[in-house]
Amino acid sequence: MADIHSYEGTAQGLGGEAGFGDYVALLKPRVMSLVVFTAFVGLYVAPVPVNPFIGFCCILFIALGGGASGALNMWYDADIDRVMTRTAKRPIPAGRLTEGDALGLGLFLSGLAVLMLGLAANWFAAAFLAFTIFFYAVVYTMWLKRLTPQNIVIGGAAGAFPPMIGWACATGGISVESLLMFSLTFFWTPPHFWALALFMKEDYHKAGVPMLTVTHGRPATRKHIFAYTLVLAPFAVALGLTSIGGPLYLAVALVFNALFILGGWRILRRTEEQAQADSYAVEKSFFRLSLYYLAAHFAALAMQVTIGGWL
Amino acid sequence: MALHPEHELHRRRNGRNAGLALVLVLFVALVFGLSVVKIKQGDLMQGFDHRPPSVAPRGAGAPAANPVAAPGTPASALPQALSAPAPAATGGQQQ
Repeated sequence: MADIHSYEGTAQGLGGEAGFGDYVALLKPRVMSLVVFTAFVGLYVAPVPVNPFIGFCCILFIALGGGASGALNMWYDADIDRVMTRTAKRPIPAGRLTEGDALGLGLFLSGLAVLMLGLAANWFAAAFLAFTIFFYAVVYTMWLKRLTPQNIVIGGAAGAFPPMIGWACATGGISVESLLMFSLTFFWTPPHFWALALFMKEDYHKAGVPMLTVTHGRPATRKHIFAYTLVLAPFAVALGLTSIGGPLYLAVALVFNALFILGGWRILRRTEEQAQADSYAVEKSFFRLSLYYLAAHFAALAMQVTIGGWL
Repeated sequence: MALHPEHELHRRRNGRNAGLALVLVLFVALVFGLSVVKIKQGDLMQGFDHRPPSVAPRGAGAPAANPVAAPGTPASALPQALSAPAPAATGGQQQ
């Protein structure tokens, strides 16, 4: 009976009893989907053919590495997550998992992903994955995120590495094409997240995260968004002139960069009063466009290689 | 006090165990599949103990390959061609 009593007592609050989905949530599945997609394209467009099963394994282990860094992020940022509305329902703030669970899972999966990628593909790609996990967990999460309003810019590199890792899985190295794929994601990240920050300001403010909107204000953030759309465009278009580019990709790049610059211009021209009047409709629209922007570029790259490019 | 074997706590625990079991089975299948593909590709699978036929030197009228016995192979187990003394510096393929 004593066991039943203690069981009943525990069952009153299920805080310590996590389900399988809680462990999956630690890996940030939505972020993983972006990693999977861009890494797949990086591997697919590489000029060296890869056995489909090995390619599948590579993508899986890259995604696992991305998930591991997500778990490490949730471990370190648990205090912030408890404050922000958007993240308060994550497994650790909700009390279903402990920080130690996330740290253990993150470290274990990091090691596993790097080891398996090295065995499946090559050790350069594995080392690149290890560096990416380190960059996201240590450089971004532990260092820059709470230190500088440029956290998104530099930390965004971690999210830009997967297509390079995919490329490295096939070729064993780095080339101008993979660097341009990196640049595409790297310069896309700041306007994407700053647009989000424009209509989620309260959360970042409460958590004390030095987002540009908090430290420099929204007008400065609007200028930065527009500036980055201008910086991004040449890299996106230049990718179309490389060996993996072609007319289809170039057309997509030109259309979407024109739309992106136009969106950035519309954000720049707005005042806070106008934005509040329509509940940040333009900013939200720009944020949605940014999602389509990246998806369209990488999808166009894959299609271009399938149908044949310039060469 | 009623015992509820299908309590939420049980459900979560069962789900977690089933999920972990599935992940482990998939991982084993993945490693097995990866091994099969790697072996079929033949990456560095030959060359530790003998010279693979594909890279062995060929000569007119000579055997298709120049097999080399694995280290430690007893002489009694070797085919006649391998157990015979090796020709001098000119190599076994020269006729």
